[in-house]
Amino acid sequence: MSNAPVDTGRRRFLTAATAVVGGAGAVAVAVPFIKSWNPSAKAKAAGAPVEVNISKVEPGQLIRVEWRGKPVWVVRRTEAVLNGLASLDGQLRDPASEEMQQPEYAQNAARSIKPEFFIAVGICTHLGCSPTYLPDSFGEQVEGVPSGFFCPCHGSKFDMAGRVFQGVPAPLNLVIPPHHYVDDNTVLIGLDTGAA
Amino acid sequence: MVKNIIDWIDARIPMTATYNRHVGQYPTPKNFNFWYFFGSLALLVLVNQLLTGIWLTMNYVPTAEGAFASVEYIMRDVEYGWLLRYMHSTGASAFFVVIYLHMFRGLIYGSYQKPRELLWLFGMLIFLVLMAEAFMGYLLPWGQMSYWGAQVIISLFGAIPVIGDDLTLWIRGDYVISGATLNRFFALHVIALPLVLVVLVFLHLIALHEVGSNNPDGVEIKKNKDENGWPVDAIPFHPYYTVKDIMGVAGFLIVFCYVLFFMPEGGGYFLEKPNFEAANPMKTPEHIAPVWYFTPFYAILRAIPDKLLGVVGMGLSIAVLFILPWLDRCKVKSIRYRGLIHKINIAQFTVSFIVLGYLGAVPATPTLTIVARIFTLTYFGFFVALWVYSKNEKTKPEPTRVTH
Amino acid sequence: MKKLLIALVTLVPSLAMAAGGHNVHLESANVDLHDTASLERGLDMFQHYCSGCHSTQYQRYERVATDLNISADDMRNKYMFTGAKIGELMENSIPTADAAKWFGAAPPDLTLVARVRGADWVYSYLKGFYADESRPFGVNNTVFPLVGMPHVLQGLQGLPVKQEDGTFVTTGGSMTAEEYDQAMRDLTGFLVYSGDPVKLEREALGWWVLGFLFIFFIIAYFLKKEYWKDVH
Repeated sequence: MSNAPVDTGRRRFLTAATAVVGGAGAVAVAVPFIKSWNPSAKAKAAGAPVEVNISKVEPGQLIRVEWRGKPVWVVRRTEAVLNGLASLDGQLRDPASEEMQQPEYAQNAARSIKPEFFIAVGICTHLGCSPTYLPDSFGEQVEGVPSGFFCPCHGSKFDMAGRVFQGVPAPLNLVIPPHHYVDDNTVLIGLDTGAA
Repeated sequence: MVKNIIDWIDARIPMTATYNRHVGQYPTPKNFNFWYFFGSLALLVLVNQLLTGIWLTMNYVPTAEGAFASVEYIMRDVEYGWLLRYMHSTGASAFFVVIYLHMFRGLIYGSYQKPRELLWLFGMLIFLVLMAEAFMGYLLPWGQMSYWGAQVIISLFGAIPVIGDDLTLWIRGDYVISGATLNRFFALHVIALPLVLVVLVFLHLIALHEVGSNNPDGVEIKKNKDENGWPVDAIPFHPYYTVKDIMGVAGFLIVFCYVLFFMPEGGGYFLEKPNFEAANPMKTPEHIAPVWYFTPFYAILRAIPDKLLGVVGMGLSIAVLFILPWLDRCKVKSIRYRGLIHKINIAQFTVSFIVLGYLGAVPATPTLTIVARIFTLTYFGFFVALWVYSKNEKTKPEPTRVTH
Repeated sequence: MKKLLIALVTLVPSLAMAAGGHNVHLESANVDLHDTASLERGLDMFQHYCSGCHSTQYQRYERVATDLNISADDMRNKYMFTGAKIGELMENSIPTADAAKWFGAAPPDLTLVARVRGADWVYSYLKGFYADESRPFGVNNTVFPLVGMPHVLQGLQGLPVKQEDGTFVTTGGSMTAEEYDQAMRDLTGFLVYSGDPVKLEREALGWWVLGFLFIFFIIAYFLKKEYWKDVH
């Protein structure tokens, strides 16, 4: 060891500089490790928006399409079903769709862009089961309501706009995915209008 | 506050004491030169291999059907997957670069001599496990070189009399290299061998810190202590060697990253060209060579014109390094103070090793085979000669203090 | 000690020379990965003439479109023939078993061919077909003897015929020799891109990393020097 005076200021400055630059380097090294956990090109391709031809869907019929590994329903609602929606408001948790379970353009009475077509993610907001569509026999669950969705797992009930009834475990309305109409017969699920 | 936490921990485990013993107050000879960077660099590369390896397993598929495609998936579809993969593949070669230089340092400064024999043995075990680790890792991309390289190396065990054929069958788990082989190599590569490696590295460091570091003068610094018991030629590891090693790490990373970003194939030596073609059991590549770090030993194997003896020769070329501490009977450690004959011997050994490395990478021709035989002899000649002359070697007087 | 180092240093380059080993003369492909127009022409050539039999199944249409500055619509309309979606892998449509029957061996995937063989080999191979009546498809190749593939680009290049003096005379193609060379350079360029699509991004990032490390090294050097003033 030597007796020469030590320039503590310089020493401290250089130590700090090394620590800062080295720390920045360590953070930069972490970037590829963290980013590699993002969805890969394969996952993104599999999760790409799905085009659905709706011209062949009969009134009252439900078709299922897969989008990002989840079932998405397309239901063609009859005039009668649409007219009956408003009368249920008193029995629902969130009749006006105030919770953001849908894009803004579907925040309306029918929770859809075109009232005739109801498009929703068919996953119960309780614990992730897929509810059953009961086009004629929903009256057994809620008296006086002919059609709706009933979750077999824990008995949650949703009306024909995917709105959740009171007194069931599910806390929220069904999710409406981003979607838009490419033309009259084609709907693109997974992408908001114009975002292409 | 911080002090309270430290005291609380120290009352329960010897944290501060351990830190002081191995870093803060570890007496390190003050005359370390360039050759002493490679120990800490090996540790850095080990950490790199462990981290990138763990991340690669997140997307790699260890099946004969999926392995090759999953590597390309990592290289193309996973965000920054290419960087993680190249860090791992370049890291493998870098590991051997630093390990060979680290071993060479031990060789020239006599760091294997008493009392550091066990330290050397742990190091040799690390080297051995590292070779197994690299060999098994190279099968995983399931390219042509992966496949045929493994085929050749596993067939070596077939040279063992009586049990050879059964042994190769057992290692492969099939009549050819197959998905079964790939799966067991994967398990060993990512779990078993890394665990062994980490334990051995730990033991290597414990052994080092017990006896203390050697130095370029080969002088035992512990023989000369001041009134406090501190060796007069020593400085504490921290801060002096931490700051020096940080500088070494930065310098190493410049070279490493240059290769990583601008020539990840390492001119066909780090990633061999035929390995960009998926494994095909029906078609052998025109020229099979092991990855560069195995070529010296592979050259010895090929130089011996007998299957069994070739395998034995290759095994011996590695095994003989284990007994180096007992072959060298000289009391002087560092090449600086040893006789001319020792300097010549080390020089010829270095040349032999490099020439063999070159020969193992190129196709064998009759002339080159003769050259390989000559250098195989000089390779082993190093050890024989060392044992003979080191008993009564004419050495220069060693200094009592390190020169700086 | 010094002598040892010198011996080490002089031997390393000879080790580096160990690559190669092929004796066939290869023409330089002169590929420019920055020339996306050339790469797109190469993609066009590949999709029209090669993709019927050869897949490039490790890459995705979308990635190629992005890297080569091709719009998604152009990619779909001009270069995608199998009905695949743009995010999917560039697989081909012929079944492997049938192909193996027709050609003796299934046409290999070409995503990585430029990494296996090298750009110059690919370029020379594409220019290397010549008439050889003894072969099933009537053609042979100068860099790939006994090739099992027909000369798919004969309509463009014409058919080179070997003369007695060893030179080739080519007739019957719709392209001039220069046009064909350029087309093959484009195609080779596309295959070089396919083999290592991240190369340009990797090198660009590499300069930043090296720059950073250089600064870090300088700071670390001064830090070391400062502390080592204590040691005598």
